[in-house]
Amino acid sequence: MTTQRTEVCIIGGGLTGCATAYALAKRRCAVTVLERGFVGGQSSGVNFGNLRLQFRYLKQLPLALRAQRMWEELESELGESVEFSQTGHVMPAVTEGHLREIDEHAIACQEYGLVVEVLDRAETRRRWPFLGEVVLGASWSPRDATVNSRLVCPAYARAARKHGAEIIEGISVIGVERLAGGGFRISTDRGLTIESAHLVNAAGAWAAPLAAQFGEAVPAFAAGPVQMVTEPVPHFVDPVIHAVDGGILFRQTARGNILIAGHPRVPVDAESQRTRVPPAKAVMNMARLALIAPCMKDHSIIRAWTGIEGYLPDMLPVFGPSKTTEGLLHAFAFCGHGLQIGPAVGAVLAELILDGGTQTPIAPFAIDRFGGDVIADKAKLKHEFDIEILEKKL
Amino acid sequence: MTRVVIVGGGPAGIAAAAALVERGVQVTVIEEQRRPGGQVCRSPSPGVALDVDRLLGGDAAGFHRFHADFAALRPQIDWRPETLAWNIQGRSLQTVSNGALGNLGFDALLLATGATDRIAPMQGWTLPGVYTLGGAQTVLKDQGCLIGRHVVFCGSSPLLYLAAMQYRRLGATVAVLDTTRFGAKVSALPKLLAAAGTLAKGVALMAQLRRAGAPLHHGVTLERFEGDAEVTAVQWRDAAGRRHRTPCDAVAYGHGLRPESQLAELAGVALRFDATQRQYFPAADALGRCGQGVYVAGDGAAIGGAEAAAMSGRLAAIALLIDAGHAADPGALPARLASLRRFQQGIAQAFAWPAAGIAALDDAVPVCRCENITAGEVRAVIAPDLGAAEVNRMKAATRCGMGRCQGRFCGNAAAELTAAALGRQDQPLDRLRAQPPVKPLPIAFAIGAEEWP
Repeated sequence: MTTQRTEVCIIGGGLTGCATAYALAKRRCAVTVLERGFVGGQSSGVNFGNLRLQFRYLKQLPLALRAQRMWEELESELGESVEFSQTGHVMPAVTEGHLREIDEHAIACQEYGLVVEVLDRAETRRRWPFLGEVVLGASWSPRDATVNSRLVCPAYARAARKHGAEIIEGISVIGVERLAGGGFRISTDRGLTIESAHLVNAAGAWAAPLAAQFGEAVPAFAAGPVQMVTEPVPHFVDPVIHAVDGGILFRQTARGNILIAGHPRVPVDAESQRTRVPPAKAVMNMARLALIAPCMKDHSIIRAWTGIEGYLPDMLPVFGPSKTTEGLLHAFAFCGHGLQIGPAVGAVLAELILDGGTQTPIAPFAIDRFGGDVIADKAKLKHEFDIEILEKKL
Repeated sequence: MTRVVIVGGGPAGIAAAAALVERGVQVTVIEEQRRPGGQVCRSPSPGVALDVDRLLGGDAAGFHRFHADFAALRPQIDWRPETLAWNIQGRSLQTVSNGALGNLGFDALLLATGATDRIAPMQGWTLPGVYTLGGAQTVLKDQGCLIGRHVVFCGSSPLLYLAAMQYRRLGATVAVLDTTRFGAKVSALPKLLAAAGTLAKGVALMAQLRRAGAPLHHGVTLERFEGDAEVTAVQWRDAAGRRHRTPCDAVAYGHGLRPESQLAELAGVALRFDATQRQYFPAADALGRCGQGVYVAGDGAAIGGAEAAAMSGRLAAIALLIDAGHAADPGALPARLASLRRFQQGIAQAFAWPAAGIAALDDAVPVCRCENITAGEVRAVIAPDLGAAEVNRMKAATRCGMGRCQGRFCGNAAAELTAAALGRQDQPLDRLRAQPPVKPLPIAFAIGAEEWP
């Protein structure tokens, strides 16, 4: 039984935890990350790898643009490759409604400084001739990018450690208490107790119970975004192809494999941490892929998987200081959009801790917004989640 | 009992089907290949003029018996060849057959999925002309082709001698380079005597090969398969350390078998580590029960060869009947099967998997042939923390095991390399987790399955 004192303790070694540890350690702040499994072992490490700016929640754009600037420098910053590739994203419209959406979006994102180009059907198919008849036009954002998400958290964690962060894998938190004079005592299953002035709740799909312990219950739920991959095929596409409604998306890796995903997300068991891809979902993705890119019909799926992600009914994360407890910060339930903003989330959390505030607007993500007037985005949820998840959660 | 599905139409699956049909139980048998027989009783493709009797020698009788039994059974079962089970969800198998995707519900599932070659990577093992030992037999039995005219059979497996003799009978010149010492075979004798007949057959094969003038060396160390565009020679050292070079135009290479256990794993069956064989098998009781209506038989349950496969198929069928409320008695079968499997542990001991050789592989040798990942690339990411501390993390960091075969051919070696790099060879190895689909699933088969947008 040993007790260690540190300035900041972070629960959860996903992207939020690792990026925050890096930002703090770089500013010489003593920080300890406690990770139950391996860093980046859950949704931070098994996701599609999209760094997409267009069609993001508009009020998230300042944070997202800050993050994109960080991604553009991240490999030299961390000293490791994360397979960053800024090839742009194409978002094809496949309904008249999508066409209206891309027009409106291109105008709306201008005020945030994001440049998005609207392409008509002929121009879309001229640039990407493999797209199917189903495509009516597209939104094109050349600054959108991808990374290999498997590589990101270990790279962040190693870099954080070089700056003095303590990162412990294979350790579970069994209790958190508030100390009388301020600060926190965090007990673990390995006989190690941490005492810290600040506590960051970055436990992803498992974070809500800790928030509830401090009187900040949120209606979080877990779901799995299904991913699949083909064998390597000859190079034919640079950008990510991502249908406006998210019903199908794909990209080609440097190796040549086609990585495929698409709504709806499927049920997962966050308790047992086991995930299975429903076969009907795999077949649905394959059928849609053959519609949006008919040339894909000659290839085969070699693997399918999913991870466990945290969501909230308004499809926005909880991110910012606790409203009940001095020194506590929350950053979880990124609703499938956490990878792109991850570096900026880490930087902002470090600013909140070390500077007492941040220039980046984060008010829409406050944890106390679930007071009763937050309305679930039912249409979006219905489109993006398997009905079984919604019946259980709403 | 409503729906019984057997996966696999080899000796285990067909023996199980026969035992169930005898008791009036309806069974569906799905088989990935066009014809029954699995690997051991694989029959020539239609139109291939192959003298099976000459090829199989003393084993021809067993081959003919299997196919005669199947012909009699065929009208009594729901036989679905060219059907791949690519996933299991709950009580349903996902299948693909003739370009169509389907679901096959079951109340009881008997997995007789067989085994594939277990390969230890070495210098030159991905050169054209280097075949797995099982692959060399498959092209011969199925297509009547030889992999070459001058073939070196090497590695550690009792099949070395059998396959070499089959090639010799069809006119190839052969050499056998067995990496296990003769002494290892002698010290495994007590276990091998559990099946004295099979042992005698093995000894007789060696004698036949010698009479046929085939060079036969025990305790060799394979150094490299040599060649530019294709394999042209095998470089090796004898037990005394002297260097040799055997010219050839093809190599058949293997280290015994590994179970095809992905479907069992997807069905939720626990896997157990066998410390002698250094690999995982589905955890089952003596009759092949894995719980929850799932049964395993044949080499996919425990490597044992054709005779043990058929016996374990019958036993799993008996377990299934008992669990369904039929009066059925396994009698002396479990004891006989245990004795055959003891023999196989002797074989595993006599023809050991070269764990130390894999741990010492040169950094430049490819381990994962699908993704072309070398031993050095695997070692580079291994770290006790903030890196790959087990084999699935190693896979995520390197793509070793992420290719077309999904780690079926590199998984054993990848686990050895990972354990060696972490200094954990003495503990049960890690294992690459199975993910669907079990085999590549063509996207074209899903066309029309979905109205979108």
